[in-house]
Amino acid sequence: MTVVLRNVSKSYGRDFSVKNVSLTFETGKIYGLLGPNGSGKSTTLKMITGLVYPSKGTVEVGKEKVTRKTCQKVAYLTELDTFYPSFTVGKMIDFYASQFADFDPRKARQLLQDMKLDRSKKIKQLSKGNRGRLKLVLALSRNTPVLLLDEPFSGLDPMVRESIVKSLLSYINFNEQTVIIATHEIDELEPLLDEAIVIVQGSIIGQKNVEQLREEEGLSVLEWFKSTIAQMKGD
Amino acid sequence: MAKDFQASKPIYVQIADHLSYQIVRGELKTGEKLPSVREMAILSGVNPNTIQRTYSEMERMGIVETKRGQGTFVTENEHVLKELKIRLQNDIIAVFVQNMKDLGFSQEDMIKGLQQYLRREEM
Repeated sequence: MTVVLRNVSKSYGRDFSVKNVSLTFETGKIYGLLGPNGSGKSTTLKMITGLVYPSKGTVEVGKEKVTRKTCQKVAYLTELDTFYPSFTVGKMIDFYASQFADFDPRKARQLLQDMKLDRSKKIKQLSKGNRGRLKLVLALSRNTPVLLLDEPFSGLDPMVRESIVKSLLSYINFNEQTVIIATHEIDELEPLLDEAIVIVQGSIIGQKNVEQLREEEGLSVLEWFKSTIAQMKGD
Repeated sequence: MAKDFQASKPIYVQIADHLSYQIVRGELKTGEKLPSVREMAILSGVNPNTIQRTYSEMERMGIVETKRGQGTFVTENEHVLKELKIRLQNDIIAVFVQNMKDLGFSQEDMIKGLQQYLRREEM
């Protein structure tokens, strides 16, 4: 499903979090929204889910303006831990299933198995890596046309990152889903991406097709990202 | 599969190169079926659109053949495989020669150096 942001700004008080951003995200592609901490990545994702509304401009998911109900079409992995610590893994899955009509319990079971998560374990007993895995299980088990992942790798060791990449590749529905991943950890993510978008201080300062970037400019996303930011600071 | 990709080359080309090596070394046999696009994506940790491009490119070069509804297979055309082997050889030579040039060696030096090295290998 196509996601469109038109001249979107979001300010908190006098500070802009996102400044006049226009972007289009298409079905079947994985986008990386890349930027340093505090660059407006999370705010952008929240505006696509309908958790936050723009101060100016419009956000559309599948040609409809985003409202509170947009969460029916958008699965969202937050960078925060939003679990009830006393819940077990199984109870958390059941809770998600009760909240979202598109939740696929079969997919959830398969993912739990792949990620080696125990249904009976309490969330407060899980390691950080396993909480990260559980978040991904919850997000990927929903059959939504839009999937947003906010820092899915944050604080996780290389083994967990690898298992997350594999699950993403196994469970994303490339014929129907639009996937946007916000991160400042670019290296890991690059081979997964179709398009890379750099956002700094609330503004989009570049967008490139990853393979084209390598073919035409001989640059990896990380190199391009660094040079783009260096240029900006030089101005 | 190598998960580290060079920055300067498209990923789809690097995967095609890797597969070509495997074919020439006989790790992938002639007529053997390649993993599906999705399987290959998962194996190599790469976007399936990239793998699709790898397969299309290799098909264009005649190294693999896609049979409808069955998948992608290594070609059984010996001529194509011989050409592929020579192409890989030329790639390696090109890198060698460039590196030697960068170090300031003349063509003569290169040949002499290579001959000496090979003689030592034989001993």
